[in-house]
Amino acid sequence: MQEAIGRAGAPIDGGRSAAERVMVEARSVSKHFGGGDQVVKALDAVSVGIREGEFFTLLGPSGCGKTTLLRLIAGFEHPTMGAILLDGADISALPPYKRPVNTVFQSYALFPHLTVADNIGFGLQMLGRPKAEIADTVDEMLRMVKMEAMRDRQTAQLSGGQQQRVALARALAPRPKVLLLDEPLSALDLKLRKEMQVELKRLQLETGITFVFVTHDQGEALAMSDRIAVMSEGRILQVGSPHEIYEHPADHFVASFIGETNFLTAAVEGIEAGQVRLRLGGALEVRAGLPEGMTPGERVTVVVRPEHLRIEAAGAGAGLPATVGDVVYLGTDTHYHLRLADGEALFARVQNRPEGGDGWQAGDAVAATFPPSAVRVLRD
Amino acid sequence: MAGAPAPGRSGEAAARAARIRRNWLLAAPALLLLLLAASGPLLVVVVYSVLEPAEYSGVVWELSGEGWFRVLFHRDIFDETVGLADAHLTIFWRSASISLLTTIITLLLGFPTAYFIATRPPRQRTLWLFLVTIPFWTNLLIRTFAIMEVVRNQGILNSWAMAAGIIETPIQILYTDTAVLIGMVYVYLPLMVLPLYAAMERLDFRLVEAAYDLYASRWRVLTRVIVPLVKPGIVAGSILVFIPSLGAYVTPRVLGGGKNMMISNLIELQFGEGRNWPLGAALSMTLLAFVMLALLFYVRNMSRLERRG
Repeated sequence: MQEAIGRAGAPIDGGRSAAERVMVEARSVSKHFGGGDQVVKALDAVSVGIREGEFFTLLGPSGCGKTTLLRLIAGFEHPTMGAILLDGADISALPPYKRPVNTVFQSYALFPHLTVADNIGFGLQMLGRPKAEIADTVDEMLRMVKMEAMRDRQTAQLSGGQQQRVALARALAPRPKVLLLDEPLSALDLKLRKEMQVELKRLQLETGITFVFVTHDQGEALAMSDRIAVMSEGRILQVGSPHEIYEHPADHFVASFIGETNFLTAAVEGIEAGQVRLRLGGALEVRAGLPEGMTPGERVTVVVRPEHLRIEAAGAGAGLPATVGDVVYLGTDTHYHLRLADGEALFARVQNRPEGGDGWQAGDAVAATFPPSAVRVLRD
Repeated sequence: MAGAPAPGRSGEAAARAARIRRNWLLAAPALLLLLLAASGPLLVVVVYSVLEPAEYSGVVWELSGEGWFRVLFHRDIFDETVGLADAHLTIFWRSASISLLTTIITLLLGFPTAYFIATRPPRQRTLWLFLVTIPFWTNLLIRTFAIMEVVRNQGILNSWAMAAGIIETPIQILYTDTAVLIGMVYVYLPLMVLPLYAAMERLDFRLVEAAYDLYASRWRVLTRVIVPLVKPGIVAGSILVFIPSLGAYVTPRVLGGGKNMMISNLIELQFGEGRNWPLGAALSMTLLAFVMLALLFYVRNMSRLERRG
């Protein structure tokens, strides 16, 4: 087992060649806490495959089971049902110290009685590596996270951002097959968080290690991930690239959790060749693709992202007639809150242009237009 | 307004002076009591240790080094030859070794107990702590007699072991050092558990998880993470057990019979049947010196821990 972990000193490269190999697999994993009447199903038959060398994000609100899934991979918890596979081998029953997987904790959990260097070297020391090798790896890691000057400091003397870097270095030093990150950026202020996002992505590309990142921040997830799994109430709702998740949300929850969006009810007029003819707001007719395997009823819910909406003078084009409500100027954009004739609310984000825009006022009668391709039909 | 900072500071200084005065006033009764009740009698003991013993008891007001001399040396009654006071040395050795063993055994027993309590849900911890402190509710003498009932030849321990067929005749435990040790461990165990628990309760168990994650086995997690982090509790508990053990009187008196004396019993003997108050006083000072040494070790250890953060 220790041989499997033993890749310290291996050349650092992108490691993208075998990108399709599954590194971590959850096979219908359930995790229940408590007993009797008070069983909490933290995870409910979750299956997912995380590929080697990818930056994979588990995204969802608190209590959705994302941290539980991470802890199951780390070995702090064991599945009630199902199995966790690492590189093809079932590791469900192994304790954390026998898994070639390391964790960056939300609280960093640096050892307060050890120096920065001893913290980083801890894992290698426990693996029984020779002293010289540990020292070399610690130096390499300190360089990698740009903390060379802090080598002999006590961890209590470090700032939050520095502790974060040490925690990363400590988890990467044993060259785990998978690095687990439990909301590692949540304790940092916005500016530092943005920096660390870039830093994390760089470290992941440099080391080629599979990163499994847990967050409730959709912006963070979109910015860093190769793929995202959106979770809610112990289930994975959708797995896909940031682009897929944002542009083609599978259901209501995913659409509302990732970015801001408009939900509209549409009447189904007819179905032709996988496409559906819809009538919106009683007036506008559009065609839209259907999610795989969906047979729509009489009415469906569709989403239109606010940045895909355009506002034009009433009657100027094929759009939904609306009245302008609140107008919020935000520098880069202006947000228009519109009300449709049938009472439904619509929200449009219009980018401000140097030449100045139309500058609609509250109470103006307008038409909200959008390209037909902006309309996405959601599963019920 | 240009000179505003100066009056502001003097106002602050005046307020601080008033606060310090008030605090001293509040502390005065306690300080006075300590001065009278602790330092006063101690001074009497110091003075007695350098006087001549009176024939039957008490002291003669004549300066003499005999009391201190007799702590370590023995003068033959007939030919006045000087030798080491073997009996005293044996008692010192017994006191030190029993106290040390008591400390080690209570640490070995108390560590898992404290860990167990610290890892219970908060509501349960209060209950367990309450159970640990229950022995304090009963008089020490009565508890010691209860232990006597357990270890004596017809006692619970021996009769059970005989009924179970482990032994055929009773093992003599009572009036041996073993009996004293058993009694001391029983009496002082809570004093070890409580500071250990206090340290473990503050322990961040996420660090334990982090160590498991970094390939540390259970044993390594214990030795490399938990023990270093709860070291202040280990030191505090050890001191809290070692110091009173050194001065234990009731337990060795009851469970050790007359012959297995510890320092306190020797001191009592000198003030009683021995009728040598200066020697008793000098022995008391010797005991105090041992205690001071232990405290010094504690203070140095703690300040080193604190410096490290």
